[in-house]
Order: sequence, then structure tokens, then C-alpha cells
Amino acid sequence: MINRIEVSSKISNNQAVDVYTIVKSLNQNQLNEIALSLINPVYQIFKINQPTLVKKFNWAFEIGFLPGVTDNIANTTKEIIEDKLNIKFLENEGVYTSKLFFTNDYPSDNLINPLIQRIQIKTKREYFKDKGMDKIAPQVKLTLANQIDEVDLNVSDEELTRIGKSGIKNKDGSSRGPLALDFSYMKAIKKYFDKLGRNPTDIELESIAQTWSEHCHHTIFADPIDEIKDGLFNHFIKRATVEIRKKKGKQDLCTSVFTDNSGGIKFDKDYIISHKVETHNSPSALDPFGGAITGIVGVNRDTIGFDMGAKPIVNYYGFCFADPNLKSPLFRDKEKKQPLLSPRRILDGVVAGVNSGGNCSGIPTPQGFLYFDNKYQGKPLVFVGTMGLLPIKSSAVKKAKPGDYIVVIGGRVGQDGIHGATFSSEALTSSSPAGAVQIGDPITQKKLSDVIVKEARDKKLYNSITDNGAGGLSCSVAEMAKESGGCLVNLEKVPLKYPGLEPWKIWVSESQERMTLAVPKNKWKRFSKLMKSRDVEATVIGEFNNFGSCVVKYHKKTVMDIDMEFLHNGLPVRPMKTVPFKSNFKEPVIIQQKNLNKILLTMMQRLNITGFEFISKQYDHEVQVNSVIKPLQGKGKVNGETSVVKPVFDSSHAIAISQGLYPSYSEIDCYQMAGASIDTAVRNLVATGVNVEKIFLLDNFCWCSSNDPQRLYQLKKAAQSCYDFAKIYETPYISGKDSMFNDFKGYDEKGNPIKISVPPTLLISSIGLIEDVLKTVSIDVKFSSDLIYILGETKEELGGSEYFAMNKSIGNKVPKVDGEKNKKLYQNFYKASQKQLISSAISVTRGGLGVALIKTSLAGKLGLEVSLDKLPGKVTRNDFVLFSESQGRILVTINQKNKKAFEKIMKENYFKQIGNVIDNQRLLIKGLDNKIVIDLSLDKIEKAYKSTFKNY
Amino acid sequence: MIKPKVLILSGYGLNCEDETKYAFELAGGQGKIVHINDLIKNKNQLNDFQILAVPGGFAYGDDTGSGNAYGLKLRNHLWENISKFVLKDRLVIGICNGFQILVNLGLVPALNKKYGKRQVALLPNDSARYTTGWFDLKIVSDTPWLFGIKEISLPIAHGEGKFFASDEVLKQINKKNLIALKYSNINPTGTMQNIAGITDESKRIFGLMPHPERAMFFTQLPNWPYLKEKYLREGKKLPKFGPGLQIFKNGVNYFKL
Repeated sequence: MINRIEVSSKISNNQAVDVYTIVKSLNQNQLNEIALSLINPVYQIFKINQPTLVKKFNWAFEIGFLPGVTDNIANTTKEIIEDKLNIKFLENEGVYTSKLFFTNDYPSDNLINPLIQRIQIKTKREYFKDKGMDKIAPQVKLTLANQIDEVDLNVSDEELTRIGKSGIKNKDGSSRGPLALDFSYMKAIKKYFDKLGRNPTDIELESIAQTWSEHCHHTIFADPIDEIKDGLFNHFIKRATVEIRKKKGKQDLCTSVFTDNSGGIKFDKDYIISHKVETHNSPSALDPFGGAITGIVGVNRDTIGFDMGAKPIVNYYGFCFADPNLKSPLFRDKEKKQPLLSPRRILDGVVAGVNSGGNCSGIPTPQGFLYFDNKYQGKPLVFVGTMGLLPIKSSAVKKAKPGDYIVVIGGRVGQDGIHGATFSSEALTSSSPAGAVQIGDPITQKKLSDVIVKEARDKKLYNSITDNGAGGLSCSVAEMAKESGGCLVNLEKVPLKYPGLEPWKIWVSESQERMTLAVPKNKWKRFSKLMKSRDVEATVIGEFNNFGSCVVKYHKKTVMDIDMEFLHNGLPVRPMKTVPFKSNFKEPVIIQQKNLNKILLTMMQRLNITGFEFISKQYDHEVQVNSVIKPLQGKGKVNGETSVVKPVFDSSHAIAISQGLYPSYSEIDCYQMAGASIDTAVRNLVATGVNVEKIFLLDNFCWCSSNDPQRLYQLKKAAQSCYDFAKIYETPYISGKDSMFNDFKGYDEKGNPIKISVPPTLLISSIGLIEDVLKTVSIDVKFSSDLIYILGETKEELGGSEYFAMNKSIGNKVPKVDGEKNKKLYQNFYKASQKQLISSAISVTRGGLGVALIKTSLAGKLGLEVSLDKLPGKVTRNDFVLFSESQGRILVTINQKNKKAFEKIMKENYFKQIGNVIDNQRLLIKGLDNKIVIDLSLDKIEKAYKSTFKNY
Repeated sequence: MIKPKVLILSGYGLNCEDETKYAFELAGGQGKIVHINDLIKNKNQLNDFQILAVPGGFAYGDDTGSGNAYGLKLRNHLWENISKFVLKDRLVIGICNGFQILVNLGLVPALNKKYGKRQVALLPNDSARYTTGWFDLKIVSDTPWLFGIKEISLPIAHGEGKFFASDEVLKQINKKNLIALKYSNINPTGTMQNIAGITDESKRIFGLMPHPERAMFFTQLPNWPYLKEKYLREGKKLPKFGPGLQIFKNGVNYFKL
């Protein structure tokens, strides 16, 4: 029996109707009670199994989800009904929500995302003739296909290759989707099973594919490359960290690096801080909202799954998109039936997804960035990070013991999220599985998070905990089984969203909001009681052992039995070769102009420079009351590149977080690109008052075509640079992640094949520890007649700069970082900030000195009078002085009284007083020849700076 | 002098319980966070408390309307205890999501003591988007919660904070002076008559959209770096706390007088 309750507003003309479709036989009284529970009588009315009546409209259309797509409102509604009427929904019953609209115009066809949504359209006539819309209950109906297929590997090499690429064949000949196992891997698997004298089952092959995937195993960073036998990760990233920690000795604050779900550092005598930055690029390309929200709640689980469970205290984001105004559609198929979503649609969806994930979870989102380049049209990059707080007394070594129960808690398993790991290890094509699309459920996870980090953890009710992310159970259980030395799983025990899911899907599904724990038998009772009382589902699905193999049974039948050693380490090594090359772009010819007002205003409107208040304002950054230096700084509300949070109520200690990335330098020189990213990530913290000796880094490589030797050469250069500069600044890496195939292969408007690759992108995220929060510095100038200083050298380094991009060119001379010199400056700056000599400071980054001057002035709502003559360094043109992106520079204002003391501290560094803060609302800049090149009112500049995203 | 006891609710997506508890304790109270399911299991413990606080958050993800599902759960299982509690000389505060819950539970404005009847609503903001920011507010009622405060600047963070009531109800609310505080210059959500918070007729039950606990420390103020520099130059000592703390002090002191 399908019931339908329609809820509409009696006060607004907005004709959207909330539709609740309830599959359950209920009497009129029950339906009435339900309806009354779903409306607020003050402004809403309802109809039960009758159409909402609207007078003026031509079209009625209803948008709902496809079967199996997470419907959070429906889940809440179900809980409301069960609680209110004290009844239970059976397996074949359920609730589904949709929205009904009445319009005069025919609904535009890009209204829905066909991967997750359905639409039903009726004319006014049909609507009344049929007495409303059709009752649709998008139930998942699966033909109970719980058989296990054997996969014959005694086939031709071509067939082996095909299986590895496009997946196991179904009975109907269709493929199950990418395994991302290349020929050498398939050979190794065949060899293993030949030894056993049998073929693998589908679930075994799927399981190996998950565990060996680039996404989970990071083979490109692990395997030998050229002369580097121990691989890029060990040789550069890890080695830097090991050597730095060794050198720091007692001063080393790292508590956990690379091994756990997040990296950890000692915050003070009582707490550990964790940080992890993930990417969720491929899912966000298919469904921006779902991809982004599952990204952020997913990385939250890397915090809850850090050590014995840390409390998420900060969310962090970074989005790389194509120009949202770009109008050149791309298609996944030659027939142009599968268009890619427009850059604007992706931007809106991703921004909304992180909004929902963060805000609903009560985790502040103080820091993030936007970066635009049309090479991100095929695949956007969606960086999401989370920091956590863990009491040292709660910290322990994870150790699942033989005999411990394998317990899954949180959400249930469904079709959603099949092949996420293997699919994100490949380029986006028309065969990319839509099953990888999911929508998050933050509240289910919030309940899970609260009960773990606020109760179960400190009751010590489990021995180990980890996230169910990529690869689902197949990865989380197999990973944890390393701790004990083996496991036995009874797959039929895993709670499902709906019946009929094939075993291999249960095993690899990445359905969200789940975690896996090792619970000692004698604690299970208390554990399960606690979970029940917090409305968190917890299920025993098996037992850890030390038998050395990962065994999975389904209704007593063994469906998987693989040696742990082979599962984790059986993949053959694939040495890589790089091909060195030197790019050479032509130098731009830019006519010099006397007056740079217009150019500066245009610069401030550029996507990579302009303010993005619209995001900062919709992401709650005050929850948990830890916000100190906020995303928008000063009276003028200017986006800063660094935020500061104070995570412990009664402590003056704080954390500063920032980042650096310069993809625009990559095609010129990936070594300097990485150097600039590291220097910026460090300098941004320094300018806020952080001691360079208390800075820690995270690396996120988002590369492209990583089977191309030249791309690998760029990768090697970047990794080398990561080692060199981390060593100079003595900033260890505590965590990192890579995503190696951010390419799109599809078709353009004319149906011609096209490949779009992201520029090699390295995000360096930085954390800095602060003892006294009151000594932190903000970017806004504070008082007129304060003195303005530039610290560091300005050179003609505009290759890959925003200014050259504005002039449609790239150039060749990227900023070169002099780490040793900069480090001295940063140490002296810290001295000055500790003596509270500094009134405001802003790190000079993308867009150069011109942009920095404007941001600091706009933020303080005070004018500046500045001369750029004889700056430290060497530049021959006014526009180059303003827009060069030379690294190692900080723009500072100080109280006149502090002049002497400040200059004394700075004396060994390059610095110059270049002007002062003035009372009237103007920006006056004299050029090299001491003639005015900029004379603008702040009002005009602010309009420009805030115009680009005005209507977002 | 014994510390007044404050029960702070939690569970199902409420997420400001920790800082709300801390604010009450900073103000001299004794806070206890109780998960709604534990309160349902042991209903009578409510009697041990002088103050009931429903903190901010995102209960049930605002599904079916902010505060609705959590309000229903309280109504289904705890109505008897809550209605007894509010008739005694007790205080109740609902902050942001807590305010939305009080409204759906019918604890404010509860015109003519009709506790339990929904009389007003908090609708989606005009922007149809979650909005954060600091705003100046003026106090326009004599609720003990706002004793001695005339103006205050507090941050908001919500998607559904647009106060709505029928003309008749609104007239009553004004007549009985139940509007507690209003946005001074800017109306961030399109809320009626700039309303940011209201009370019941006893003035002891108080709901507001802004977050006073997010203004309890000096370093939470959006302009604190400027103020710091100013005080430094004037040779003044830096304050430790922010204006929001006073609201919690008022709640606690009500029982100390």
C-alpha cells in the first residue's frame, strides 16, 4: 500500500511541495498523526492521498531520487513515524521523499542529475485528470543473486587484460566495472591461484583489486623510479621526515606519521592534534554535491579513526575548478548523450556539499581556498581536510587481537559506492560506474562520532578502530587483520539497506558512515548496549585471528580464502622510467603603461585573486568556539590565507592552518613549483606569528597521466623539491595522499575525441603551533600613520604568474626559493611578533605585492601611501614590481614607536620601509621613478575585489 | 553557596553542548550534559536541575524542518516532566537549534500559558542559505536572562532563523512584551520585526537565534586583533572574556539572588 502525504506552505507563494511517499498500510488516523508530525501548522497544510490544489500553473513536475540513493529526510521521517506510532517498518516497507513544483514554463532539462535523480512531468490537464502526480516508491528490487561466480583465469592474455581493465563479465556479457588491474598484476594473481590449483571467485578478485588499487596502495609513489630504488615516497617524503625528526631529537613533536588514518603531533602536555587532507575528485565530477559531502564526512572519519578516535575540530577545503562562466560543453560519450556537468554546476554542488557536511556535523570550517584553471574542466579537484583533538591519556597503539570481534558500526551497506577505489585510480570515461555516486548522511555519522570520541573511547571498549572508506570492508577488515594476523568474516551478518545484494558487492561497497572496530568478546555486551542507547547500529560480522589468511564466508560457504601476505604484498613491483624534458614558452610582450589603475582593478576581479565571502559566510566557523583568526579578516572582511583556532577552552595554545599551491608554475618547473608551495605554506603561518620551528606539513599530489614518462619526470622533480625544502625549514610531513590520474577522456561539442588533464597539482597544507594566542597577527592595517615595510626581495619572476595569465601567457621565469635566506627572515619575524612589535602582516603570494597591499588596506579600511622605488631585489618595470610573485616576502605595518626595535631585529634581512598608513580612503602608489602609478579610492577597489562572486 | 545546576541536552545532531556547558560553568553554574535517550530512561532527574538548556546544533539534520524531529521526541517521551518543570520557578534557554526546538515544542511564546501549542515558526532565511556573521542586537525585554544588558554583539549561524507569526499572535507577543532581543541595524534573515529571540510570558523561558557562548572569550570577537593593538597602545590590560558570558551569568545568578 503506497500512501502519499503532500505538505505545502500556506504563507509563501513559493510553490514547492514536500512529498512523503510511505510504503506501509496505515489507517486514516495513523496517516493524520503522521501528517501532523511532518508539518508546522503555523504555516503549513497537508494533503493525504490527494493532490495539492494550485490554481495558476501550466506544468507540474516532481523530482525525487533514484532507487538506492541515500534519502536523509526519508530516514528521519521513518524514525519520526516509528517513534510517534510505536510501529516498525518491515524490509519491504519504507519512506521516500520528493519535491513537487508548479510552474508556467516547461522545466529546463538540466534541472536534475540523471545519475541520482528522477523527474516526473505533467501538464495542468494531466495533473487534474490523474488527480495529481503518480505515486512512485523508488524501492531497490534485486533478484536475490547471492551466488558466487568463479572467474576463469586460464584465458588468453588479451582476455586477462580485458578482465583487469573493464572487469568481470556478468552472465549477460556486461562487465561489472573497472578492476584497474594491469596485465602484470593479473599474471601475478593467476600465478597465485594456479599454485592453489583453482580459479579465484569474483569476490576474491574484486578484493585483490581493491587492496592493490593505486587509490589504496599508492604504487606509483612506492615502486622504483629511475635510479630511486626505494620509490618516491620512501626516498623523498618519508626520508625527509625521518631525518628531520632525528635531528630535532627531544624537540620532535610528531607522534604519528603516515601509518595511521591521519598524522599526529603533540599539541601540548595534554593533547595530540591530528590532520589529514583527502581528495574526492572523481565522485565530485559525477555528482558534485554527493561527491563533496561524502568527501568531507569521509575525511572526518579519518579523524575519528585516528589513534583510538580523535574529535574532529576543524574542517578544511580547497577547490580547483574551471572558470564557472566557461561555455564549452564536454561529453563522456561520442553520441553526446552523457554531458559533463558545467563548471558552474560543479562549483555550486561542491560548495553546497561541504557546507552540508561540515555544518550538519558541528565542525567549524575556518580555512580553505579556491583555484581556477580551465584544465580542471574534465576533473575538478576537491580537497577536504579535517583536524582532530585527542587527549594523550586516551591515546593507545591500535592492536586487534586474535579472538576480538570484527564489529561494524554506523550506516548500512547498499549498492552505492561500488568500485570507488578502482574507479578513482583511472581516468574519467563513459564507462565510469555511476555506482560510485553517493550522498552522505552527516547525522548518522555525527551519532557515531559522538559515541566513539565522547564515550566508548575512554571506556576503552575496543582495541582498534578504522574507517570504512575506499574498498569498504574489503580494505578496512583486511587492513586491521594485519594487526592480529588474520580474520574470518561472515558476510551474511553485514546489515544491508535492502535484500538481494551480491556478496562481492557487500564486501567492496563503500557505503558511507561506517567504521570497523576490534571489540574484545568480554566487552561486546557493554559496547553494544552503549551503541543501542545512542541509536548507532553495531554488528558483529566475524572474528580476528592469527591464522595468516583473510577468510570470508557467506552462509557458511567459504567464498574467499587468501593468504594475508599475498593480499597485501603480492603485487609485483613495476619499475618506472622517466623522460627528462625542458619546457620553453615564449616570453610575453606586454606594453608598459604609465597608469596601472585599470590593470590593478582587473587583477582584483580575477577568479584566483577575488574574495570568496559567499563561501566563508555559509561555512560555520564559530561552532566549537575555537575560532580566533577568522576566514574573513578586519573591518573590510577580506579572505585571509591563514586561520587560527584555539581548540581547548581553558588553554592559550592555538593552531594556525594554511596552505600553498602553484599549479600555474608546474608546466615550467615542477621543482620550483613545489618549492614555492612549501615556502608559501610556511610563510603564511609565519606572518600570523608562528615559530618556523613549530610547523608541520601535509602533501597532496594530484597528478595526471601518471603513466607518461614526462609526467613522471615532473613528479620526481616535485618530490625531490619536497625533500630539499622540508629539510631546510625542518618541517616534517605528517600525512599525505596522492591521486595520480586526474584526466578526462571524452568528446567535445563537435564529437571529436578530447583529453583534458589537470595541471600537475601539489597542495602543501601547513599546521603551526602557537603558545600564546594573543600574540597572533592579522592581515588588516590597524592605525593611520603606522609604517609599512616590505620584508624580502622582489625580483622579475613572473613565469606562471597571475599577471602573465591575465596577459594570456605563461613565460619561463618562475620564482626561485632561497630557503636558507627565508628561514632567517622567518625566525626574526617571529622574534618581532613575540615582542608584539607588529601591528599587521600579510604574506605576499599569488598576484604579488600589488594584491597584498590592497588586501591589507581593504581589510583595515584605511588608505596607504607607498613608494616602490629601490625595493630590495631587482625589477625594471612598475607592473612587474606590483605583480611579481617572488617568494619569501611579507608585508608588515608597525607602530612608529616600534621602528627602532623592529629594524634592529630585521637588520640582517632584506627589508625596506616603503610608506605609511593614511587617514583617507585612498591607495597611492609611486613607481620605480617615484611617479604615481596607482591612485584609487578604497571604495572603488573594494567593489572590484568583491564583484566577481557577488551573485553566488 | 551551592552552584545552580544546569542540564544541557545532547544527541541526534545537537552539537554545542560542550561549549554551552563550559559557558555555564564559567558563569558559576554546575553543568551536566545529558543525552536525550538517557533523560527518557530516567525522566525524574530533570527535577534535580534549576536550568534546562537546549544547545545549538543540527538535530536530525533539520529534516522535516529545523527542531521538528527533536521537538517531537521530547514531546512524545518527556512532555509531562518538561511541562511540570517550566511551571516551577526554573529557567530554560534554547540557543539557535535549541530555540527552534523550543518553538516546535511550544514552550515559547506559549501565549496564555498554552505550553505545548506551536504558535510561531522559524522559517528558512530569505537568502535560502545557511548564514553566519556577527550582528548588533538590542535588548527589548526584562527577562532575567538579559538583565542589565542593553546592547550586545553576537554571532549567528543558521539556515532557518526567520521568525514568523500570524498578525494576531504577533500583536499579542508585542502587547505582552515577549520579544527579548532584535537585530539593531541589519536584518540578516528577513525575520519579522528584526526579532532574534523571544520569551514566554513568565520571561523565564528564553529562545534566541544568536550564540552567546560564541562570544564568551575576548579572542572570539571578530575585531579582537584591532582591539588588542588599541589596548596595547593605550597601555591597557587585555580582557579575557566577551560579552556573551553575561547571559549565562544572568541565568546562574537568578538562583543566587
